[in-house]
Amino acid sequence: MSKQMTGAEMVVQALRDQGVDTLFGYPGGAVLPIYDALFQQDSVKHVLVRHEQGAAHAAEGYARSTGKVGVLLVTSGPGATNAITGLTDALMDSIPLVCLTGQVPTHLIGSDAFQECDTVGITRHCTKHNYLVRSIEDLPRILHEAFYVARSGRPGPVVIDLPKDVQFATGVYTMQKNVQHKTYQPRLKGDMAKVREAVEMMAAAKRPVFYTGGGVINSGPQASELLRELVALTGFPVTSTLMGLGAYPASGENWLGMLGMHGTYEANHTMHDCDLMIAVGARFDDRITGRLDAFSPGSKKIHIDIDPSSINKNVLIDLGIIGDCAHVLEDMVRLWRSEAKKPDAAALKDWWKQIDKWRERKSLGFRNSADVIKPQHAVQRLYELTKDRDTYITTEVGQHQMWAAQHYHFEQPNRWMTSGGLGTMGYGLPAAVGVQMAHKDALVIDIAGEASILMNIQEMSTAKQYRLPVKIFILNNSYMGMVRQWQELLHGGRYSESYSDALPDFVKLAEAYGAHGIRCEDPADLDRAIQEMIDYPGAVIFDCVVAKEENCFPMIPSGKAHNEMILLDLADDAGIEMGSIIDEKGKMLV
Amino acid sequence: MNAIAALSPYSSSAGKTNTERHTLSVLVDNEPGVLARVVGLFSGRGYNIESLTVAEVAHVERWSRITIVTTGSPESIEQISHQLERIVPIHKVTDLTLHGRAIERELAMIKVRGKGENRVEALRLGDAFKAKVVDATTESFIFELTGAPQKIDDFVEIMRPLGLVELSRTGVAAISRGADPS
Repeated sequence: MSKQMTGAEMVVQALRDQGVDTLFGYPGGAVLPIYDALFQQDSVKHVLVRHEQGAAHAAEGYARSTGKVGVLLVTSGPGATNAITGLTDALMDSIPLVCLTGQVPTHLIGSDAFQECDTVGITRHCTKHNYLVRSIEDLPRILHEAFYVARSGRPGPVVIDLPKDVQFATGVYTMQKNVQHKTYQPRLKGDMAKVREAVEMMAAAKRPVFYTGGGVINSGPQASELLRELVALTGFPVTSTLMGLGAYPASGENWLGMLGMHGTYEANHTMHDCDLMIAVGARFDDRITGRLDAFSPGSKKIHIDIDPSSINKNVLIDLGIIGDCAHVLEDMVRLWRSEAKKPDAAALKDWWKQIDKWRERKSLGFRNSADVIKPQHAVQRLYELTKDRDTYITTEVGQHQMWAAQHYHFEQPNRWMTSGGLGTMGYGLPAAVGVQMAHKDALVIDIAGEASILMNIQEMSTAKQYRLPVKIFILNNSYMGMVRQWQELLHGGRYSESYSDALPDFVKLAEAYGAHGIRCEDPADLDRAIQEMIDYPGAVIFDCVVAKEENCFPMIPSGKAHNEMILLDLADDAGIEMGSIIDEKGKMLV
Repeated sequence: MNAIAALSPYSSSAGKTNTERHTLSVLVDNEPGVLARVVGLFSGRGYNIESLTVAEVAHVERWSRITIVTTGSPESIEQISHQLERIVPIHKVTDLTLHGRAIERELAMIKVRGKGENRVEALRLGDAFKAKVVDATTESFIFELTGAPQKIDDFVEIMRPLGLVELSRTGVAAISRGADPS
């Protein structure tokens, strides 16, 4: 199909051809032609956000819950700069986005025109790739190439900067299915000799562990299925990063829980003491490894990743396999079966015995209270009352995020949307908007903190406009809790600027946005209140007033190793001065 | 110890142990911004650039070759190569130093000002280094010299006491030896 059309019409046509049904955006002078083209059709639905950062996070939520590319459309200058946080977030978490930005007409570029900024210059560092479209002839190719680049290899955000004159210009649009980039063609299949070596190492392992990450989710549902199959075949324990939750079901018997700074005791000790680590789509982030020179000192490490730069970046790897998780896992499963491999059953039995001992520490335990709602308890009740529904969880960033990761359990991939790499407060509400747009009938809950939620609270209007019944479950402890916790650990409990003073009345705030507000302070009333939230047919802000000074445990203090975790009982009972746990070197870390 | 010796080149311990100098040959699409992507990667991740040259090498295909001389630990140089490979319009990254002895050449123009003895001596040494005189006045010469970077360094040091006033160098262009492309 070849057709004469304007640049603006090409944009909309390309979205249609790419199967985009929803995009998130905010109009402005430099994108008016595209908005006009959107006005004249109804196959691509535009969702009007209230801030461009919201558009980016909404597109991320949409992408992460569907596995498709998320799309946003913003104007030049401030429209583009407002989207930067979301783009960086998507880059860090490897989320496929296409961000269309308006630009001043080509003859004004470089003249400091009204609402001009160097969008490709600014976004070069926070996108996987970006384009400035200089002529209408390039536009059809760039539009399709952008989708290819965003979703291929390690996914990420791509910006297309569209000068206004290019949007008005007329050219020939050719339908281009399956466009690829002429040189960017990431390798999907792993080197079979290495896969074979990996399978040999696995069969010989005495204390193995799977360490899985967001790459398994990004690789698609097939990868999660294959991971489950491989775990079942081998009987190895499996842990996951924050980003990878849901790839292996939390109810699975080989599940150790999340690892890392706020991971479980059993997951971190298993990592520390293992003799074979099989890292799948994970990147040895500092939240995961703790002190690097004491990270899993006695193990051989296999690392499967689609991004060669992830291998040997932070930790030296014994066997790196470059490829897509699903492809490599499939080969591993096939080889394991065809060669009738058996794990070392006796060694594995001893290993599980040891792991069960670590499990007995019940590191996620907390002291519940009849007087005040404990935040962990609130998440547990939320989980119990929503687990049998079609539920998606987003979060903001901080203590509530970690409690959600610890106490909400995921059985499926793509159900958990959280800002992992960048740690963006204000992520959860717009992400929930994006998720709900893709899953109209699902129960979408943003587990939030009272500080984070205020960072993008304006998206309540978006929820209202599109009748999105998102539930915002605020664990309100009147503190930027994680900041407060670190000030307790590092700065003698001097809570500099971390108290959430002058908070709005969240019930009234909900009502002001045309939503329903619920406040709950009584543990005895919690279940009823949560049920009220679930049953309400529209958006809800739930102000769950929780214990103010609860800390998030267990914790690997910064600068410490996996086997040096602080557990709640240690922190509470042994009378250890919290400020003395982290040494001077650890204080320098983030 | 399985940790990478120094995670970031910004680290205070970076560069103190086993630093190597490598020449990377990077074939790229000659499109706007590609050089900025490469340079931005180096500054953003704290890598060193000792020299960088860039020019189009295939007009029809619109390919350019960027030759980068960088220093770092072997791990950090491997990481630089992989990070470069992530840049979408980059076709190929070759570590010429790993490839064997590559041919490295640089062109320099050296302005030397002086009279009498120094002037004669500068000319004589220029001749010994096979430098070409490309401009002359009664009180100055401009020498053009092509060679391995070390040869140019040597020449510059010799010229310094003889009245070197200005120096312009192209940076290293490099290519692998033998019949095959790298």
